[in-house]
Amino acid sequence: MIDRRIIDGSKIDPELADEMEKAGLDRIRSCIQCGTCTGSCPSGRRTALRTRQLIRKALLGFREEVLSDPNLWLCTTCGTCTERCPRKIDVTEAILFLRNLSCEAGYMRPQHKGVSYKLIETGHAVPIDDDKWKKMREDLGLPPLPPTVHSYPKAVKEVQHIIKKTGFDKLVNYKEGKEDGKT
Amino acid sequence: MVKHRYSFFLGCVIPNRLPQIEAATRLVVPKLDIELVEMKGASCCPAPGVIKSFDIDTWLALTARNIALSEENGLDILVLCNGCYGTLIAGVAGLKDPDTRKRVNKILKGTGHQVKGTITAKHLVEVLYMDVGKEAIEETVVNPIDARFAIHVGCHLLKPADIRPWGFVEDFMLVDELVELVGGTTVDYKLKDMCCGAGGGLRSAELEVSNDMVREKIEAMQRAKVDALVNVCNFCHLQFDVGQMQLNNQYGTDYQVPVLYYTQLLGLAQGFTPKQMGLDKHYISTKPFLEKIGMSV
Ligand code: SF4
Ligand code: SF4
Repeated sequence: MIDRRIIDGSKIDPELADEMEKAGLDRIRSCIQCGTCTGSCPSGRRTALRTRQLIRKALLGFREEVLSDPNLWLCTTCGTCTERCPRKIDVTEAILFLRNLSCEAGYMRPQHKGVSYKLIETGHAVPIDDDKWKKMREDLGLPPLPPTVHSYPKAVKEVQHIIKKTGFDKLVNYKEGKEDGKT
Repeated sequence: MVKHRYSFFLGCVIPNRLPQIEAATRLVVPKLDIELVEMKGASCCPAPGVIKSFDIDTWLALTARNIALSEENGLDILVLCNGCYGTLIAGVAGLKDPDTRKRVNKILKGTGHQVKGTITAKHLVEVLYMDVGKEAIEETVVNPIDARFAIHVGCHLLKPADIRPWGFVEDFMLVDELVELVGGTTVDYKLKDMCCGAGGGLRSAELEVSNDMVREKIEAMQRAKVDALVNVCNFCHLQFDVGQMQLNNQYGTDYQVPVLYYTQLLGLAQGFTPKQMGLDKHYISTKPFLEKIGMSV
């Protein structure tokens, strides 16, 4: 049987578009659904990501459907759609904003939580977590640790201070000492 | 007196995964009358594809701290990574707004840093092309490198264009020109402008899709019969070097396009050895390329 797409009015949340406008995406409602974004998209060439469709659904207020859509996480943030949009909509920024809401709604990927935990613990999203990297640095005539947060424990504390203040640790379910692998 | 001084922003991938790019850059830039001042205690930029995707406020506050460190040095920032550049330049632009600055400085309170909006961030390509200039670079070339190169510029060097110094995004030829300066020939190939596929959290959570972009670009480069790929972003560099290896392991292919960061190539042209440029530390062997130009590691 053909599954007809009947829009269930109770699922529509008109505030989503307002939120996007308030977040600085002031041109978002001017989208004419031309599809230039989809046509420019290097990820959409090989995946089910349809950028135009995401924007349409967001504007219509399909909050749950957009925020839970795994395709939202296939954008490389290359920025091509933003450069080419004839209505000068910052499409890439719109995707990043929707991703923020998606994380808040609990759809964060475990791998992405892992990256966040590294940032929280070390100040680097990609830290030196194996002695082989230190050895590689020394082979090249560099000190084993770079002059970044890796060499300054006080700097790590500063990063953690910021993260606590913005609530990022809570967003990613980080608990000191043990990683909460919940997804 | 050195002519050009910058705070040197390392980010994560360069010091912690690809230190050959750090080592090469530290050796190469003094010849161009550049002094690099360390940004002590700098953190992740933080990454525009991952951390910004999770929480824009955290992303902005952490980049503001990095910008503040460079303000304390009293210098503009030199960046080697397109991603870090994208974050820092967006931070610089966003923090020009006094209300945003006030809000972010409230978050920074207690770290000992406040951001004032007095400096900017420059990508290596901007520093080389606009601050140092082509003649000064050419003067340092003692060993011209005669080979065919595919250039991969990378997305965040160019986009969004409104907060970049270039004024255009398509057919960006400045990196081609920098490679030609050292004696190389650059060749066009299909999808030259396309993304490497590493960003947006894809390398960490969507590896198949991410590496499919490597496949597409590398196949086009092979068809164009290049000796090596030259990039100006360590994340693109990692994507192509590690990505080819992963594809070969997974699918039994034989992608073998050596991947060089621009300062590694410039270093060879300035007379440094392949070992000093860390060319023995690559995932895809650089040997065929080095043989072609009469060198070995
Ligand atoms: S390119 Fe712009 S106007 Fe066209 S569909 Fe995409 S967002 Fe809408
Ligand atoms: S920024 Fe994202 S959605 Fe836009 S073209 Fe690039 S990959 Fe596609």
